[in-house]
This record gives sequence, structure tokens and C-alpha cells, in this order.
Amino acid sequence: MAALNTLSYVFIGIGLFFNFVGAFGLHRFPDVYTRMHATTKCTTFGSIFLILAVIVQSAGIWAMGGDLRQSIMCIHSILALVALLVTNATGAHAMARAAHRSGEKPARAVVDDLEGKKND
Amino acid sequence: MKFIVTAAVGYSVYLLLTIGSGDAGLWSREELIVGAVFAVLAGALLRNRFIGKDLRMLNPKRWFTFLVYLFPFFFAMAKANIDVAYRVITGRINPAIVKINPNLKNDMSLTLLANSITLTPGTLSVDVDQKTNELYVHWINVDPEVLKDMPRDYHPICGSFPDWAKRIAG
Repeated sequence: MAALNTLSYVFIGIGLFFNFVGAFGLHRFPDVYTRMHATTKCTTFGSIFLILAVIVQSAGIWAMGGDLRQSIMCIHSILALVALLVTNATGAHAMARAAHRSGEKPARAVVDDLEGKKND
Repeated sequence: MKFIVTAAVGYSVYLLLTIGSGDAGLWSREELIVGAVFAVLAGALLRNRFIGKDLRMLNPKRWFTFLVYLFPFFFAMAKANIDVAYRVITGRINPAIVKINPNLKNDMSLTLLANSITLTPGTLSVDVDQKTNELYVHWINVDPEVLKDMPRDYHPICGSFPDWAKRIAG
């Protein structure tokens, strides 16, 4: 159990670090696209580790004590992880697309292939 | 066939959500019955919506490839996060929106690729041209070599992900 706790703490630490980097990037980057880079990648990765900590804890208790209620926690966390992976990337794509259609220019951009393309 | 697949997928998701509910093994008897009823209902109503043109995603080889793909994907994701952390701290960015043509034919593989691009180093998918299946990608640190020729080479931008997407859902 002590090993499981340590593993959970390590996962929580990594997760908090990357979520912090994501939040920090949101303030530091110049425009909506670069900010989206920070928030999608870092918060997804950070949240994966936070959920992994939950999975480790609940799976450990489930395997040792056989408490069925812990299995609910474990399986639901895994499903939440899958949903997070799919929806976070898709949501970021939708927001970036909407930003470009409403005329938001990428700051400091070298090239913009999408510029001037007619909306369908 | 479409009906059976849709109902089976619905039933397995229901079973996953209600695991640990009780007496008959991992599930209680009531949950098993209610789940079956709703799976049949969902299968009857949604079969044409859930499954597109063909049943090629049933092929176990594609699922196995997907599971193998998770490892390079996770590795790329870790690299992406360290890369973003580096750029957050130093502020070194050189962004651009570039058009790439990954030569993918169907929506499923294009979705998989666009999601992978968003979560992997330095790139974010912004728009898609639905007629030509070309992706517009926001690239945070541009390599000037790639910008020279117009049908842009996608390898420096998203690596081997288009090939993976083709193998999994192409």
C-alpha cells in the first residue's frame, strides 16, 4: 500500500506541474492559437496523470480488498480519460477554427496559408 | 449486421458503466436486463447513424494497430509537453499556419490524424478542407526549409502519424 501511495503522489505531482505549465502559458503566449497550444497539450497530459493516480489507488484497493465499489471508481476514471482525450483535442480544433473564421490573425506569423481562403 | 454491432457496442458501454453493481458476478440482474433492453432499442434507432458506409472498423487488425499506436503517441505527447513548457518559459516562438495534404481518404482517419496533431509537438489543427481532405495546421516553431516549396512535405510537421492513421482507419 505504501508503494501505491508513493506512486499516486508522483503521478499527482507530475499532473499538477503540467497543469500549472498550461495555465502559465495561457498568460504568457501572445495570441489565441499559441495559447491553445499550451492549454490543450499541457492540461490533457496533466489530467491524464491526475486520473492515473485515481486509477492506481482504486485498482489497488479493488485488487487487495475486493471492494466492488472501488471497481466503479476505477472503470469510470478510465472512461473519463478516454472522453478527455477525444473531446479536448476536438474542442481545441473547433475553437481555433472559429477564431480564424472570425478574423483573428495569428500573432507574429511567418506564413498563413489559410488567409484569404473563402469560407464554405 | 449493423444492428448487431451497434447493440453490442451499446451493451458493452452500459456494462462498463454499471460494473460493480451487485449480486450476479460483477453486475446485478436488473442492470443486465435493463442494459439489454436499451441496447436493442439503441441498435434499432441508431444503426445507420453509428456505422457509416462499411464495417471495416470491425477488423481486429485495425484495433491491434491502434493499441500499438498508443505507445508512440504517448511518447510524442510527453515530448510535446516538455516542448511547450520550454516555450512557455523562454518565450521563443515562430508561428505559422501551413497547409498539408496527408493523402487520407475518409473522415475517420482524418479525425484521428487531426486529434493526434493537436496533442503532439508544436502543432494544432485549425481547419480542414472537406473537398480535398487537406489540413491547415498552426505550427508553433516553423522550419524555414519546409516553407520553400508549395505542396508542403508533412514529415517535419507531423512525422509518421498520417501513415498510422491510414493503417488504422484508412
